[in-house]
Amino acid sequence: MLTREKQAPELLKEEQVAETISGGEALIKILLAEGVDTIFGYPGGAIMPIYDALYGYQDKVNHVLVRHEQGGIHAGQGYARSSGKVGVVFATSGPGATNLITGLADAQIDSTPLVCITGQVFAHLLGTDAFQEADVISISAPVTKWNYQITDANEIPEVLAKAFYFAKSGRPGPVLIDIAKNAQIQKFEYKGYNRCDHVRSYRPKPIVRKEYIEQAAELINAAKKPFVLWGQGVMLGAAEQEFKAFIEKSGIPAAWTIMGAGSLPSDHPQNVGMLGMHGNYGPNVLTNECDVLIAIGMRFDDRVTGRLDKYAKQAKVIHFDIDPSEIDKNVKTTVPVWGDCKETLPLLTELIEPKQHTEWLQKFKEYEQQEIAAVIQDELFPTSEEMTMGEVIQQLNDLTGGEAIIVSDVGQHQMVACRYAKLNNTRSNITSGGLGTMGFALPAAIGAKFGAQDKTVVAVIGDGGFQMTLQELGTIMQSGVDVKILILNNQFLGMVRQWQELFHDRRYSFVDITSPNFVTVASGYGIAGKSISKREELQPTLAEMLAHKGSFLLEVMVTKENNVFPMVPQGCSVSEIRLK
Amino acid sequence: MSNQQQIDRQEYNITVYTENTIGLLNRISTIFSRRKLNIDSLNTSPSEIEGIHRFNIVIHETEEVVRKLASQIEKQVEVLKVYYNTNDDVIWQEMALYKVPTDIIAEKALVERLLRENGARAVVIRKDYTVFETTGHREETDNLIKVLQPFGLIEFVRSARIAIIKDSDGFNRKLREFERKEPGHEVIENEYLNSRDKVFTM
Repeated sequence: MLTREKQAPELLKEEQVAETISGGEALIKILLAEGVDTIFGYPGGAIMPIYDALYGYQDKVNHVLVRHEQGGIHAGQGYARSSGKVGVVFATSGPGATNLITGLADAQIDSTPLVCITGQVFAHLLGTDAFQEADVISISAPVTKWNYQITDANEIPEVLAKAFYFAKSGRPGPVLIDIAKNAQIQKFEYKGYNRCDHVRSYRPKPIVRKEYIEQAAELINAAKKPFVLWGQGVMLGAAEQEFKAFIEKSGIPAAWTIMGAGSLPSDHPQNVGMLGMHGNYGPNVLTNECDVLIAIGMRFDDRVTGRLDKYAKQAKVIHFDIDPSEIDKNVKTTVPVWGDCKETLPLLTELIEPKQHTEWLQKFKEYEQQEIAAVIQDELFPTSEEMTMGEVIQQLNDLTGGEAIIVSDVGQHQMVACRYAKLNNTRSNITSGGLGTMGFALPAAIGAKFGAQDKTVVAVIGDGGFQMTLQELGTIMQSGVDVKILILNNQFLGMVRQWQELFHDRRYSFVDITSPNFVTVASGYGIAGKSISKREELQPTLAEMLAHKGSFLLEVMVTKENNVFPMVPQGCSVSEIRLK
Repeated sequence: MSNQQQIDRQEYNITVYTENTIGLLNRISTIFSRRKLNIDSLNTSPSEIEGIHRFNIVIHETEEVVRKLASQIEKQVEVLKVYYNTNDDVIWQEMALYKVPTDIIAEKALVERLLRENGARAVVIRKDYTVFETTGHREETDNLIKVLQPFGLIEFVRSARIAIIKDSDGFNRKLREFERKEPGHEVIENEYLNSRDKVFTM
């Protein structure tokens, strides 16, 4: 693991003497100049010159050898999301590059900054169906913010500078740079590296228009029942403090999307919970009662809004977003506040009157009481013999105190983890939100740990999702990274089973999944593990897992046919949310 | 699709100013194809500024759809600016070529008159065939097909539409703004958001 001493060198100065080096070596020097400390990758024929250059820099940058390129890119995502830096991923041409596509799509829809470097066949072989040739630029175009193919080493410094600039500025996203093998080998005059901070065709963020802020403040000051929805934009804009200041001065209740969780601590009195299909009762119902809806850095995903023509029709909508294409995309906005929320929120906070919406906030509390009685009590403190997913998360909260980074996969356990995990800090909830990629959590947790080495990282995964990328146990074994793996095993592909139960007359079509002995699998990789099925074992083994030096796999057998509630059935309005 | 949506659909001319880079055509076309939308006509050409490319795209859709398409296109990092206009807002032309057997043309005076009426111009005259060219709106070029069909039209081809926006000042001034690190409001502001003042009501 990279130690603190291994700091990246200073940016090269322009007056530095030019040197003749290979494209591959220039690439590594550029990554160091960009402050890259960790690369997730997998070598192969067409990227060998870059790996050859990397060999000479092993003391300056940490390369994590993954077991599959998909694992590599999810690790890069986890790293980016826990650290706030750009994740860097290496893969070879052809299958190496195509294995990145799922991760690129995931990073694109969840706005995660990545720079992926793929090898490509020699330029003279392009288009000849050469060995391990794939048209990566065309394949990845719809799932990248930008991509570019380099066929001449002289392009490398400028293109890489743009790649990092595009990846992290504005609305972040994944960038893929495809480098032909000849350009990696080619010696050229490397004149040093200058970061990019302006491209004429690219506007990362606008100049804030004060009149929109004024209009927003006017609406908020006049509102009787204002309601804030926040998403990942708060975190991406590093505006957690500005957001908190706004919330506390305005007194407005605030609910989050799963991508936004953690930007305001779970126990903040104005944090009223989770939005969306499996979100909390109050936030969903009251979306259709509020008079002013203030959306901050969120994009009104269909899983959040339910049926659009019955979504917050009574409310004036204020939408804060850095991406103008999100404004009026799904929900018609009364006041669009286009800009970086780190700049717009303080301006707004200044203009609003300090208020306390006590009665309105009380309404959320009343709905919460109903939800506790109908759902939460039984989920977190069950009286049934079998364990529930919720009680596992609840016990985990007690032990971590909300300080851990929770990485979840996709499915029922994800909804339970997002609903019940206590989060004290920003960047502590990492999940595949938009794309819903099963198999995300294990590799993302590895990356998250590399990105936040002083944090405990717990990967909460279902029995299905774990089997999609469990080869990354090999990465854990070899790198020695400390990841706590918590498998919530209900012996089903639970979310699909839940839908089959509710909407397909219990016709359980291919959701009955068998699993290997996970503890034995882990031990094959030298990873300690335990499997439990009794409640009295839960607290002590969770404590054992957290106290264990190094990675640990804990499988908890939970009740087989539990459903996640509340639920907004597909095609229904958020106010038609069901408690059972 | 509801009746109302059918009624609201009309031809829109999307004008895109871009950098001249490989792969951008693919990025732009997938913005349409991923929504299962067909492009009626697409033309790429240089613009009045060296190094800046101009796309003219024609699509028959509702304004709502076209606005979202435009904002998704403008989001591409190599795209400078996108405009969309109805046919009323632009001056547009399409060119068509018609290949007809020369003997029939030569024999029948009627054909010559019809061609003249339709503003067609002979580009090539050979013993076996003659190629006529005409420029105009879709109805006009379509009309000449019908006219020439009875006389053994051998081959027909029509170009993509090119269109000039009536109240555009060109792109030179805008580009100078783009090249600045801190351009003024007007240039970077999404045109759609600019007109939002009208939408806002208390």
